[in-house]
Amino acid sequence: MTAAAASPGPTRAEVCAVAVAECFRGDGEILASCFGTIPAIGARLARLTFEPDLMMTDGIASLAADVVPVSGPGASSAPVAEGWLPFRSVFDLLWSGRRHVIMIASQIDRFGNHNFACIGPHAKPKAQLLGMRGAPGNTVSHPTSYWVPAQTPKVFVETVDVVSGVGYDRAAAAGPSAQRFHEIRRVVSNLGVFDFATPDRRMRLVSLHPGVSLDEVRAASGFELAVADELAETRAPSADELRLIRERIDPEGLREREVPS
Amino acid sequence: MDKRTTAAAVVAELRDGMTLGIGGWGSRRKPMALVREILRSPVKDLTVVSYGGPDVGLLCAAGKVRKLVYGFVSLDSIPLDPHFRRARETGAIEAVEFDEGMFQLGLYAASIRLPFLPTRAGLGSDVLRLHPELRTVRSPYADGEELVAMPALPLDVAIVHQNRADARGNAQYLGPDLYFDDLFLGAARRRFVSCEQLVETADFAKSGSLHTLRIHRGLVDGVVETPGGAHFTECPPDYGRDEAFQREYAAAAKGEEAWTAFRARFLDLAGEDEYREALRAWRGK
Repeated sequence: MTAAAASPGPTRAEVCAVAVAECFRGDGEILASCFGTIPAIGARLARLTFEPDLMMTDGIASLAADVVPVSGPGASSAPVAEGWLPFRSVFDLLWSGRRHVIMIASQIDRFGNHNFACIGPHAKPKAQLLGMRGAPGNTVSHPTSYWVPAQTPKVFVETVDVVSGVGYDRAAAAGPSAQRFHEIRRVVSNLGVFDFATPDRRMRLVSLHPGVSLDEVRAASGFELAVADELAETRAPSADELRLIRERIDPEGLREREVPS
Repeated sequence: MDKRTTAAAVVAELRDGMTLGIGGWGSRRKPMALVREILRSPVKDLTVVSYGGPDVGLLCAAGKVRKLVYGFVSLDSIPLDPHFRRARETGAIEAVEFDEGMFQLGLYAASIRLPFLPTRAGLGSDVLRLHPELRTVRSPYADGEELVAMPALPLDVAIVHQNRADARGNAQYLGPDLYFDDLFLGAARRRFVSCEQLVETADFAKSGSLHTLRIHRGLVDGVVETPGGAHFTECPPDYGRDEAFQREYAAAAKGEEAWTAFRARFLDLAGEDEYREALRAWRGK
């Protein structure tokens, strides 16, 4: 691949990856946990640029000392472990709060309640999805953000079928212990970036990805969306960021499979 | 004490309706030889407690499970076990689903003889709505925090798979993660370890450091040597996951005819020798 300056402009997938990276800004020395390709790229990008102290796992039981491509370490570069992180330590670490997770939302509502457990009633679901996994504990223990690779009204829903990740209204109803460390920081979709910085903690559209209209986002939302007064355009990757994404983090272009151009 | 025994003798201890804990995690170091032996037995109506993988899928497919207590059921490289999916979507099993961390605390509480352990995990989520028997507890200290009282998850029987063990029941894991095998054993009344290889106690040190000896004989009632006993889940460093076979398993789950053929070929067999023979024939095709 030629130098980024001479290469094509940023793809939607690359804009999304930068938007995910921005979720980690200011996090410092915490574990960045990611599900999905774009989040994995975004966390690596943050670590290689403005958040050099972020910690990451190799997906098994090690903390990775280096930034490994999302397709895995090449044959020539054995990954270096800087620590041991078996699942038991992951629970301890997440309960201690030194983590920011980005989970994929199969459904999410306006207060950030999240579901990737099942569609339909839990006793006999129409579709069994991943299950609760660690979402209940994650969301009341440390910052959580969400990634939505294909936003539609079936994902941005009025009410989630099952609450796996706890949103703002449910945390408030559950009381101070649920709220104490609860933070849904941001939602990044293939169309835009959202936060919950409204008086009643409803989801708010903060920026549109380049080429996306407000109407498009509204049509892809199953609930009435709050919109920031100064609705921005999601920032484009810098030349340096594009080079890192294309040459170092995702040279095989896996990002295109998650968000096709 | 010599605790060596056989898979058949372990499974003979199971009674209908018992609560069975299964170690490992997803499609990683599962005591599959013992699970396959359960499939050969008449036992039924089990309550299965597991960070589930194909152990849960196979037991569901065989109609052995009445109730499933779980954190998830995944094949790792395949996000969801297809038999588990079907069992859920047909309402065939009672599902008691916990947050993964709550699940650990339930095993831990049982293993240290506490009725519950407090945790923030679960607050505000539907885990509490779906299981109204779960209670919260208020901290007696100045903070006054109200937390989930995760109940102990006591087990009648636990089975786990380790890389090495000795005849007295000490066991050694050589992979990257113990998972929660020690807690499964600690939470159970009767405790069984299958292993890749039985070794002399003095030989543990040849394979790994002292830190790999996390299961001592006080946690174990019986040891079964089952080479390849975690197949097709991974059991590093002895072997990785048999991804090709796992794909075969998942594909066979898609239809009744395919599953009948899979069962006849790989499951309705006399024992592990026949299973290994069937695998050799399948690989040679």
